[in-house]
Amino acid sequence: MRFLLRRAFQSLLLLMGASVLSFVFVSLAPGDFFAEMRLNPEISADTVRALRAQNELNRPLPVRYLHWIGSISKGDWGFSFAYNSPAAPILWSRTRNTLLLTCTATAFAWLVAMPLGIWAAARPGNWTDLFAGGVVAVLLATPELVLALLLLLFAVRTGYLPAGGFASVGTLPSGMWANAAWHHAADVSKHLFLPGVCLAAGLLPLLLSHVRTAMAEILQSPFIAAARGFGIPFRRLLWRHALPAAANPLISLFGFSIGMLVSSSLLVEAVFSWPGLGQLMLEAIRQRDFFLMVDAAILATAFLILGNFIADVLLYLSDPRIRVE
Amino acid sequence: MSLRKGAPLAIAALLLCHAMVLFAGFFAPYSPEMQYRLLAFAPPTYIHFVDTQGRLHIRPFMYRWAPLPGSLSEFREDRNSIHPVHFFVPGGEYKILGLFASRMHLFGTDKQAPVFLIGTDAYGRDQFSRLLYGGRISLFTGLLAAAIAVALGLCLGGIAGYYGGLVDDAFMRGAEIFLAMPWLYLLLAVRAALPLHIAPEQAFVLLIAVLGVVGWARPARLIRGVVLSAKQREYVLAARGFGASDLYILRRHVLPQAFGVALNQAALYIPQFILAEVTLSFFGLGVSEPAPSWGNMLAGLQRYYVLESCWWMFAPAVALVAVLLAYYRMFSCYVLNTPRV
Repeated sequence: MRFLLRRAFQSLLLLMGASVLSFVFVSLAPGDFFAEMRLNPEISADTVRALRAQNELNRPLPVRYLHWIGSISKGDWGFSFAYNSPAAPILWSRTRNTLLLTCTATAFAWLVAMPLGIWAAARPGNWTDLFAGGVVAVLLATPELVLALLLLLFAVRTGYLPAGGFASVGTLPSGMWANAAWHHAADVSKHLFLPGVCLAAGLLPLLLSHVRTAMAEILQSPFIAAARGFGIPFRRLLWRHALPAAANPLISLFGFSIGMLVSSSLLVEAVFSWPGLGQLMLEAIRQRDFFLMVDAAILATAFLILGNFIADVLLYLSDPRIRVE
Repeated sequence: MSLRKGAPLAIAALLLCHAMVLFAGFFAPYSPEMQYRLLAFAPPTYIHFVDTQGRLHIRPFMYRWAPLPGSLSEFREDRNSIHPVHFFVPGGEYKILGLFASRMHLFGTDKQAPVFLIGTDAYGRDQFSRLLYGGRISLFTGLLAAAIAVALGLCLGGIAGYYGGLVDDAFMRGAEIFLAMPWLYLLLAVRAALPLHIAPEQAFVLLIAVLGVVGWARPARLIRGVVLSAKQREYVLAARGFGASDLYILRRHVLPQAFGVALNQAALYIPQFILAEVTLSFFGLGVSEPAPSWGNMLAGLQRYYVLESCWWMFAPAVALVAVLLAYYRMFSCYVLNTPRV
């Protein structure tokens, strides 16, 4: 328990550090949201100055940081200049969408990588192994940006799947999905499919190669030979004996993979115009929307740290050696 | 498959790539900003050897693209006159390596019939020329940024590991924070510290700086570990006992060990940073028009019309995948612990 508490405390400190870091970098930027207004002849210089003062852009950095922390504790998360509203309501829907996307992609990637990797390790040199090797090689060299563009091309060409966006506007529920809520869910999952596949495909080579190596290593160990000697069926041996023993590095990999996913989801969201945190971050950078930038970066970091923390908890539960320490 | 298979091929391909982008002025028939306004989104020019009468020509030739009647975006070959492709022809002036002015181009045709090996973009600019000039930015950003990041990591990690104590704590906590942020978000946050629109000449330098700042943490942490373990070795303690200076020990005993790690990190970073530049430029946050980069060339594909009907706009993506493949292949043969392709 103490192990987990210590990890939680460390995670919190890291998050604080990351918030300071992004706050500093983002506020180093020359110009701000109101700088563009100066070009507009209908807005006087005094108005711009007043707006700046009202939004505390002329206060020193530490003061602004403390005020921002204060507004997080109030649940506002700062103020978005472009949306002219507290940042929190904008952030929540975006966060939910990013979570939806990354969780789907995680599920996709692991559901493909586990069986394929395990079978590749179980029968080295046969067609599953070669196939897995081929998949790793091709996907590794194809950057997500290119993959996303190709999938987008597929969507535009065939018209089977929507090319970007979160949900269709103005289609009426009919037929099998007559219920409005079901209709919406079906619609969203249709939009979710391609970005999800793209993210999963970006993660797949890493997962596949690690699952394969971890399993191959365990399968060569003496206890597996002994279990085989006892006449345990190979399939049962694979899933009930070898897999739990190989779980340890894979759980750490799970934590690491969340970080990778959060990062690459930024790109995929932007290409598929999926209204998530990444898209928000890009939008905010282009508009110099200070708090949205920092908030998006912090929330993404929080996901990553949370992912690592979950991996730690899972490790704690699965590996008795850590519990004893 | 043997581990070294394909490595010579990958190295040769990479050398050729870098040579071509470095001497882009010579290999490209046109300047990257040259516009043929009436030939926007013209498809790749066909190179012919046999003319309409069935005669074989030894010198390759091409037909001019002419817009279909009543259309600005569809073209057909105008077979009335042939335009031979010449080699080593004089053309627009450029500077070799930015030093010597020259007019010599590898190939070209006459003024009425420009040759577009991989078509043109929305402004009627030759994609092939842009691919070469853009590769100069994309490829060398990756290389130089990886060098800067690893050099920074080598310095900071070396100092942290060697002096230990408070310095070590400060540097390593800082590195942990950098590593805790998702990579692309960190990249964008650091990028946000620069003005939104950067002039193309500055963009190259600034992007390298941004990537160096973003990437210092991982090599620094690894190199700190190497230095820490090297410090404990008996021969280092012996050298110190004989009165060797800090600098001598660093140079003679510590750095050679750290070098392998540094090389490994550089190998991981080069493809990653090439991609980072492409990604930033794709989002309009890197190298901006009219200067080409593989990223901002790909940005055109965000329009569905272009995506669907102009397949040649994917050329930078193909080049990118080829270069990444070659890099991975080379490093997987000569540097340990890199992804195997």
